[in-house]
Amino acid sequence: MTLDLENINVILATDCGSTTTKAILIEKVDGEYRQTYRGEAPTTVEKPFANVTIGVTNSVTEIAELADRKLTNEDGTIKQPAADGDGCDLYISTSSAGGGLQMMVAGVIAEMTAASAKRAALGAGAIVMDVISTNDKRRPHEQIQRIRELRPDMILISGGTDGGTTEKVVQLAELIAPAKPQPRFGSEYEMPIIFAGNKMAADEVEATLQEDWIDLAVVENLRPKLEQENLGPARDKIHDVFLEHVMAHAPGYDMLMDWAGAPIMPTPGAVGDILQTIAKKENINVVGVDIGGATTDVFSVFDETFNRTVSANLGMSYSISNVCAEATMPNVLRWVHFDMDERQLRNRVKNKMIRPTTIPQSLESLIFEQAVAREALRLAYKQHKEFATTLKGVQQQRTVGDTFSQQTAGNTIVNNMTLNLLVASGGVLSHAPSMNQTAMMLVDAFEPEGCTNLAKDSIFMMPHLGVLSAVHPEAAAQVFERDCLVYLGTCIAAKGIGKLGKPCFSWTLSGDVNASGDCAFGDIELIELGPEQTATILCEPVRGFDLGAGNGKKITHEVRGGTVGIIIDGRGRPLGLPEERQNCQQTIAQWVENMALYKETEQAVVTA
Amino acid sequence: MAHAYTPGLKVTNRMAHTIVRMLPIKGDVMVQVGDSVNADKIVAATYMPGDVYPLNMANLLAVPPKDVASLMLQKEGGKVTVGEPLAETAGLFGKFKKIYKSPYTGTIETVSEVTGQVILRGPDIPVEVKAYVTGKVTAVNPEIGCTIETDVAFIQGIFGIGGETCGPIKLAVQNCDETVTAENITADMKGCVVIGGARLTEGAIEAARKAGAVALIGGGMDDQDLKEFLGYDLGVAITGSEKKGITVIVTEGFGDIAMATRTFTLLKRFEGQEASVNGATQIRAGVMRPEIIIPLEAGDCEEESEHAGGYLDIGLPLRIIRDPYFGMLGKVKALPHDPHVLGSGSKARVLEVELTSGESVIVPRANVELIEA
Repeated sequence: MTLDLENINVILATDCGSTTTKAILIEKVDGEYRQTYRGEAPTTVEKPFANVTIGVTNSVTEIAELADRKLTNEDGTIKQPAADGDGCDLYISTSSAGGGLQMMVAGVIAEMTAASAKRAALGAGAIVMDVISTNDKRRPHEQIQRIRELRPDMILISGGTDGGTTEKVVQLAELIAPAKPQPRFGSEYEMPIIFAGNKMAADEVEATLQEDWIDLAVVENLRPKLEQENLGPARDKIHDVFLEHVMAHAPGYDMLMDWAGAPIMPTPGAVGDILQTIAKKENINVVGVDIGGATTDVFSVFDETFNRTVSANLGMSYSISNVCAEATMPNVLRWVHFDMDERQLRNRVKNKMIRPTTIPQSLESLIFEQAVAREALRLAYKQHKEFATTLKGVQQQRTVGDTFSQQTAGNTIVNNMTLNLLVASGGVLSHAPSMNQTAMMLVDAFEPEGCTNLAKDSIFMMPHLGVLSAVHPEAAAQVFERDCLVYLGTCIAAKGIGKLGKPCFSWTLSGDVNASGDCAFGDIELIELGPEQTATILCEPVRGFDLGAGNGKKITHEVRGGTVGIIIDGRGRPLGLPEERQNCQQTIAQWVENMALYKETEQAVVTA
Repeated sequence: MAHAYTPGLKVTNRMAHTIVRMLPIKGDVMVQVGDSVNADKIVAATYMPGDVYPLNMANLLAVPPKDVASLMLQKEGGKVTVGEPLAETAGLFGKFKKIYKSPYTGTIETVSEVTGQVILRGPDIPVEVKAYVTGKVTAVNPEIGCTIETDVAFIQGIFGIGGETCGPIKLAVQNCDETVTAENITADMKGCVVIGGARLTEGAIEAARKAGAVALIGGGMDDQDLKEFLGYDLGVAITGSEKKGITVIVTEGFGDIAMATRTFTLLKRFEGQEASVNGATQIRAGVMRPEIIIPLEAGDCEEESEHAGGYLDIGLPLRIIRDPYFGMLGKVKALPHDPHVLGSGSKARVLEVELTSGESVIVPRANVELIEA
């Protein structure tokens, strides 16, 4: 279908999440696209409704009431095109309902083709259930057993550069064929398998996988050379298969696909798309995080290289217990500045897990949840850094000059010092009672270095804008800039470790706000610089500290204000906390006070 | 918003219950429509293809992959037992032959000329599906399974561990607010579904397991006790496959919390009757809660509409499910329309609850669940 972009004035977008379907309305106001109304309703993919469109219609009805605009027909379908103040010109949707897209990937070498296959699957918005490779330290029969236990929606096989190994690639196919994994949509479902490996092995792989329960598709090799990744064709095929097979089996999606004016995308895939678009447009490095109830997604674009990871069991409700188990309770409690009973806390955590929709009522409860969030984010970012690496297996050419700075292949490409923008989304970050709390959770967990802009997705519309960017990039970019991001401010943080109370760096701010000061090691302070304000900051670090220009070298940077302001962070990187509990509580209490984390809360409660 | 909906778990005296029993792969269904079946009756059975053992014969014999097929002593489809020669090289002038003996019993499934890999399939694994609930077979899906229908008293728990089991109901305590300790567990509970009142202590769970009880059900338990019983910290609420020799279900939550009076009274009423229980819990997409199913005879219990959440309204009884009032009971006193600033600083829609003590408290609507009168 060709769209006449000029005549699109009203756009309706929905994101069908696991629990909630969120709808937004975008309208052309004074020649610019703006997000105007939003509505939400429970997702209805599960019984007793078992039809995703009911939740979509409910969320759209909420918008219709707010906007006084009829958006649905009598039969519940979306009213298209817009006419006489009713309906919309374009309807689009993303989906992660029903557990999203679940995949198993396989590659010859874990660090090379299997890693590339994993990147392709994650980039397409999938949850990767397992990665099978010839060197994953499992014996072949254990691998087959694992494949049999999994219930993936599709399988991606890679392996071998073009003209490289054939034998090892066919061996992978030989593991999958007898394992006959059971798809979660029942035995009648033909398992889609995408082969994106050595093109010379395609025929033999095809012969090995010639079974009636398999629907095999062969696409271009995703790692044609060791030093080159070509993830596009595999990623596109995953999207096609997602629509043709997975969505077609999900309740109500056939109807939703008919309604939509563009292919339905997996939610995380859409978020990745919009972040890549923005990073390219602004020529910046971006990290985005979406912390949900069950999972935490981290997206990064460094030097135009996109990576996405899903930490499947790091989340704030369904997975909260796992965060506490993985991080350990002492690590969670180090962010809490008062005593809490561990046995009682364990019960609270489990109660949140089994009743995931409850919300913290007391300040104590909120502080504890935000402590858990810091650990969930920290662990998810650690996993992301380990995954987002330069290509492994590439031969390095070294000269004598490299003798003292030998870089090995497979280093992380995530560099906090060159990070320009850190974007937060997800309940615990988006719905924190104060933006200072959101900013502080981000800084504590991600430890940005140098000068980094902090922002949050105002109402989690990045998925909607991601799918919109595929059909109407101009509208997506305009809404992203004007309505999607809420700028919190800028964090100025020095890398290095010093002695508590000794000088770390001095700073001078000039512009809409003029101020200066000295930041001691271990201190953090907040300077007011409003959302529309900018200034130039000059920082001079002492020896042993780096703000981006090198050890002890001064920097000058244009900084952007926000709802929080400028965070002057002299706590050092990597960020360390005192091990002794009492001492740690005092340190955190001081940071809480300096950042005015709960001051507004206390005032609000008193006023109310 | 005209209504505020609050979730709840299903607890009902009597309802028609349908259960579908399916094989993971096609096989034989051993019942017919109209058959009466007991919970223990095997209704369908099949054989799963056995475990697969890949053997890289080219490497093992140090020959090129394309030669492997000709060196096999058994061809594809042939059966071998452990220790039986599987392949043999030609050797040199008939001597120095290399013989590879099969490390497994099974059937040769494939021999690859590309990789030199031999896929050996172990013996088939029998799979049996039991009726799980006593009732009548109302439909048969040939080669797949059957549908069983029966009238039951049905109780959903909030969290459980362990899989399907069944046995007669036996009470360990007489009141719903009594904590269950090892002292409450007796030798005659072997094979029984044991009902506790409030918190199940780790000692009680261990004692019930040792006594041979098939299941233990209570209002709550401490997470620390769960960790000690399981031997690990449960991270994600996807359970049911634990092999601890007992199924454990809590009906209300974690901590010291009494079982809802109605749930306890219902279980007490059916003491001695058989119950089917399943601790499997999945709190994700496709929510699955643990269940206690008591098949009923005609006239056992009057029919009643099920209770599973509903709309908040003045006077309705409820339970608070989050701190600082976790577990407290009361009734809806008021439903203010405007959002309220909570102690946490967040704004949320709330309700005023009159606690059983007479005190009134403000609670977010998300933090309550409706209970029976």
